[in-house]
Amino acid sequence: MRTLRDASFGRPVKVIAVHGDGPVRRRIMDMGITRGCIVTVNRSAPLGDPLEITVRGYELTIRKEDAELIGIE
Amino acid sequence: MIIALAGNPNCGKTTVFNKLTGSSQRVGNWPGVTIDRKEGKVRGLKDAVLVDLPGIYSLSPYSMEERISRDYLLNEHPDVILNVVDASTLERNLYLTVQLMETGIPVVIALNMTDVAESKGIKIDPNALEKELGCKVVETVASSGKGMEGVRSALQSFGDIPGYMSFTDDVESVLERISSDIPDDVPAIHRRWTALKMLESDTYDGETKDQIYELEKKYGDTIDGIIVSQRYDRVCEIASAVTVRKKKDKTLTEKLDGLAVGRFTGIPIFVCVMAVVYGLAMLEGSPGQYATSWLNDYVGDVFTPWLNDVLVEAGVEMPILGLVIDGIVAGVGSVIGFLPQMIVLFVLLVILEESGYMTRVAFLMDRVFRRFGLSGKTFIPMLVGTGCGVPAVMSSRTIEGEMERKITSMTVTFMPCSAKLPVIALIAGALFGGSVLVALGCYFGGVIAVLMSGIILKKYGRLVGTPSPFIMELPPYHIPSVTGVVTATFQRAWSFVKKAFTIILLAAVLIWFLSTYDWQLNEVASTDSSMLASIGGAISWVFAPLGFGNWELTTATFTGLIAKENFVGTLGVISGFEDDPDGLFGWLASVVTASGAIGVLAFNMLCAPCFAAIGAMHRELGDWKTTGLAVSYQCGFAYVCSLILVQFGGLILGESVNMWYMGLAILAAIGLAYLLLSRKDITRESDGRCGA
Repeated sequence: MRTLRDASFGRPVKVIAVHGDGPVRRRIMDMGITRGCIVTVNRSAPLGDPLEITVRGYELTIRKEDAELIGIE
Repeated sequence: MIIALAGNPNCGKTTVFNKLTGSSQRVGNWPGVTIDRKEGKVRGLKDAVLVDLPGIYSLSPYSMEERISRDYLLNEHPDVILNVVDASTLERNLYLTVQLMETGIPVVIALNMTDVAESKGIKIDPNALEKELGCKVVETVASSGKGMEGVRSALQSFGDIPGYMSFTDDVESVLERISSDIPDDVPAIHRRWTALKMLESDTYDGETKDQIYELEKKYGDTIDGIIVSQRYDRVCEIASAVTVRKKKDKTLTEKLDGLAVGRFTGIPIFVCVMAVVYGLAMLEGSPGQYATSWLNDYVGDVFTPWLNDVLVEAGVEMPILGLVIDGIVAGVGSVIGFLPQMIVLFVLLVILEESGYMTRVAFLMDRVFRRFGLSGKTFIPMLVGTGCGVPAVMSSRTIEGEMERKITSMTVTFMPCSAKLPVIALIAGALFGGSVLVALGCYFGGVIAVLMSGIILKKYGRLVGTPSPFIMELPPYHIPSVTGVVTATFQRAWSFVKKAFTIILLAAVLIWFLSTYDWQLNEVASTDSSMLASIGGAISWVFAPLGFGNWELTTATFTGLIAKENFVGTLGVISGFEDDPDGLFGWLASVVTASGAIGVLAFNMLCAPCFAAIGAMHRELGDWKTTGLAVSYQCGFAYVCSLILVQFGGLILGESVNMWYMGLAILAAIGLAYLLLSRKDITRESDGRCGA
């Protein structure tokens, strides 16, 4: 399945699932990344990781390993 | 009336707090943790106390901040919650609002940052929002004070207990079933909340479990996931019903981020910003350095002689005179002398934090630091640590993750601060021909020590706190307000001054007492017959493997605990070369070998920092037990590193080798290598739940 890690920069994608468990999953969802919402990966940090994304009108940073938990369409 | 102030981080909550309370603030800690607890009287409202809860995104049980807020709301029964909502990120903010409403406590909303929202092309209708949510909504721009009158009057007439948002019918029917299990002693207003928590806790069996299982199957998600999703779905509906969105060009923050964290510009800009911080606070001749040396000279050359004359005039004699002049003034004065540099650093740190650049630093540097159990933000305390350890330790507070925060505050004093520079100059001058390589080695070694300790402490993360996911908001940039910077700087500086007059004062007086009297409590003519000298002599064997097993250097190491530069002063007094650097160099070269000098230097760079920095560590770590562990770790780490450096260094330099010490060094090297290389890593194993 495609995850947020694979999304190309600047193109909005739709979230279809949030995997993982415990605090990481809850944190991802609490920050507004839930099923059906639209997320755009803006860029990666100059050293390649983490990612900067836009979700629900604000900017969020998330590591690639955590972005792998987010399934996209 | 007690008002709880709640809201997301970066929503302008602190500004609202400052505007409403003015100067009547009291800063303390939440019990058992090192998160600031601020409260103050609301100006213009009779008997109203505003309690500032930590900035949170949710009321989940996973983070310390969220747990504190939950416990406070449910156990302390505030009369009303003032919820600051950032209008520019309405959905995420309302997600917290609906959870706050579920506690059953009346909620008043300050719809803040409406100016920022407008610049993003977002216009929100406060009346429509009031209707949708069923609680009072006041439009505010806290930074300019707009709407504060409205907030005050809304707090006087917040009306009935608000409703709460409904979930889908199938979820509601499970909630209803669970409600019947709630113990009778739970107050009516908290019953909804309790039912939701019981549902989320996932500890049911029997029919309820089947019903929950059905739900989970239907939605293809866990029950807590379903609840979060439904909250967000509902909030999304509300937000779009009350928002008018105009198409806008890129916001300023987006444009700035294109540069500040851009692929090719991010790192160069970062280097420039850090160079400015360094140039303003640490560099020779910079404002921070200049003010500090001025104050030190003033205390030493003007204030102390003046006070001495006044006291002598007034007929004060030894030992009181000595206690005041050589104990209190010398001890507290030597740390207060660093206050100007600290204030400059505090101002710069507050500006970095409030402008939003600090989170970009975490973003830029995360990749480098995370493998060491540290945050990208750790870079800042490390840089500040080359000026002074106290603000360095205190600036670790901006780090989100508890583990990363604690490891940072435990290790950042390994950096050579400006008080350690005289020690470096002494060692370099006495044995290495004044080579700059010695200072460079200290900076380099300091960085290595922080990173190595990060690896070691990360493996025992349970000791220092739970690791937390790095999923962090990058807030919009904004220009820090003068009052905000002044207030935050003052609070930090004041906390240091309080420490200086309590723990640092006591410690300084103790060291003065030990170095001024012998065991019969006779005043000694020179330090070498004092209690401190004999204690130094009695334990100097401990340092023999580090190449400096003599009482002079041991004693100087102890007095360095007041302020590291005292190491040099003490050696000067003991050796009799107080005002003769060349004589002191010669004397030092006659008591230690080159490898021994490396040992003295390494140990003094890495061991327990000065009392002021230990006090700052206590502030950040929360209790004396953890602080004690941290200081023990620092001393142990310093010992092991020095031992390895001295013995292997001696071997390389061709000095005679003591087989026992060499054996000890080999053992230490193996132990250190094991700690660094063993695979134990708990960062991903633990579930990080901080209790429900």
